[in-house]
Amino acid sequence: MSGGLFDIPSDLQNTYWGLVGLHLREALIPVAVGLVVALPVAQLCVRLRWLYPPVLWVTTVLYAIPSLAFFVVLIDYTGQTETTVMIPLGVYSLVVFVPAIVDGVRSVPQETLDAATAMGLGPVRRYFQVQLPIAAPAIIAGLRVATVSSISLVSVGMLIGNQGGLGNLLNDGMIYHQNRLIWLSVIGTAVLAILADALLVLVRVLVTPWMPRGNRTPRPVDEPEPLQAALEDAVR
Amino acid sequence: MIRIDSVTKRYPDGTVAVDNLSLEIPDRSITVFVGPSGCGKTTTLRMINRMIEPSEGTITIDGKDITQQPVNTLRRSMGYVIQNAGLFQHRTIIDNIATVPRLLGWDKARARARARELMERVGLDGSLAKRYPYQLSGGQQQRVGVARALAADPPVLLMDEPFSAVDPVVRKGLQDELLRIQDELGKTIVFVTHDIDEAVKIGTMVAVMRTGGHLAQFAPPAELLTDPADAFVEDFLGADRGIRRLSFFSSAGLDLLTTPIVAVDATAEQIAARTSKDVPYLLVTDVDGRPLGWSEPATLTAGSVDPARLLSHGRPFEHGKESLRAALDGAVLSPTGWAVAVGADGRVTGVVSQQTIGEAIRAAHAEGRTEKVAG
Repeated sequence: MSGGLFDIPSDLQNTYWGLVGLHLREALIPVAVGLVVALPVAQLCVRLRWLYPPVLWVTTVLYAIPSLAFFVVLIDYTGQTETTVMIPLGVYSLVVFVPAIVDGVRSVPQETLDAATAMGLGPVRRYFQVQLPIAAPAIIAGLRVATVSSISLVSVGMLIGNQGGLGNLLNDGMIYHQNRLIWLSVIGTAVLAILADALLVLVRVLVTPWMPRGNRTPRPVDEPEPLQAALEDAVR
Repeated sequence: MIRIDSVTKRYPDGTVAVDNLSLEIPDRSITVFVGPSGCGKTTTLRMINRMIEPSEGTITIDGKDITQQPVNTLRRSMGYVIQNAGLFQHRTIIDNIATVPRLLGWDKARARARARELMERVGLDGSLAKRYPYQLSGGQQQRVGVARALAADPPVLLMDEPFSAVDPVVRKGLQDELLRIQDELGKTIVFVTHDIDEAVKIGTMVAVMRTGGHLAQFAPPAELLTDPADAFVEDFLGADRGIRRLSFFSSAGLDLLTTPIVAVDATAEQIAARTSKDVPYLLVTDVDGRPLGWSEPATLTAGSVDPARLLSHGRPFEHGKESLRAALDGAVLSPTGWAVAVGADGRVTGVVSQQTIGEAIRAAHAEGRTEKVAG
């Protein structure tokens, strides 16, 4: 227990960097799965307009369920595992992804779609070659919010026995009255969130060379900044 | 030939967009559908590439019902140009143009080579190839739209108000360009517009439609201007259709006077020789023969002509190339009532009075023979 800045209590049975890896895995897999689920759901909402309000309602209600309540139910099926932590995180990401993708796909100008149809692009080609690429900035904006909020939410996994990544350190810090561990947890989580967000901004710049310069962040005004969302989540 | 046969489009709510429309669109010419909003012109266009399916009636191309082939095959055989171009904002200009060739299975290199060729044809600089649509002006985007439609060399081109969203100067340029391209390529073009001037300018045949999807008149533009089928068409053509119709009469038949023309450095003898009782003015040209302005012979002193004090000569018309409308316009614009004719090089070939132009107009009307004349 003596010595290094990054030394952590043995009860966690891990190194600091091991916890970082665990934290990222637990945060990012749900976001990826959430995105894969949200794409077809959102496309369905675009095609069937009446479906969008109820889907939005369901995702919002799911988002309102505290993770602890999820854990109580899930623990009977998936036990004290990473999966139990990741399922609610994946579900939460839908509340960001579905509207982001729907808005993005809907933002494709009608004349662009008409031109695609008139040139003989069928529905599948139209979706993958026109709608999805043009919706990419909006989807990546959603991805940023979901990723940052997921990284901050993982910590709650400490409640089911050391499944909270860096959050476990927060717990240990309080148990052992070690401020160093608390700082390692809080600052580590924040740095991960900031790095992930920066990486996604870079990805967006790389995949959208077609966007006018100086207008590379077309975020709708009612969408919260990722970091702001992360802070709100941390309070939950 | 595209044949529209008793086609009606009725929507579930009972609205009739097109009502029992029948007409034949001739090959290798521009057929324009024109009319006010809600007259069914765009609906008609979209039924040709099956973006809208008719409720009744059939559309055939060269005798083949358009529903007899896969819809995307049909669409890839027709170029489509719309207002605001509808470019793919996430693709470069060259990839936008190469879209249909790529869909048809051309390899990338061949499709891009073809796209470059088309950029040149529609008057786009090759340096724009790797740009994205947002980096182009509205007029340039519309040229890309035309190039994209022409990429796979389709026999048919459908154009839905393609030039409505650009400013008048750019629009005129695009119209002239379209006519030039059509001269080279000879496509079967179906063109929709709400602008009757555009219809008259570019149409080989013009279909005037009225609200409710009825065909009011289907005729060549000159006939439309001479002989509107009813009050609706007459009203739609506007108040000056008589003047506009002059666009269809060539100025070639005008008898030009060459006497009352002097160069700016003319001697007193030359001025005296050129003065006659028939023409109260002399046209002064520069030493190269380009028009400067009119003057009364009495006020013209050899060796000291001040171009600033000459009377305006209006807009010169190109004799033989431009129409009687341009000639009349030149005569009306000059305080002398005389128009100046020039050759392709801008040098004066003669002058003509309003009265002579008037006689030519009467003669042309009597003959009733019209032709498409530039300008």
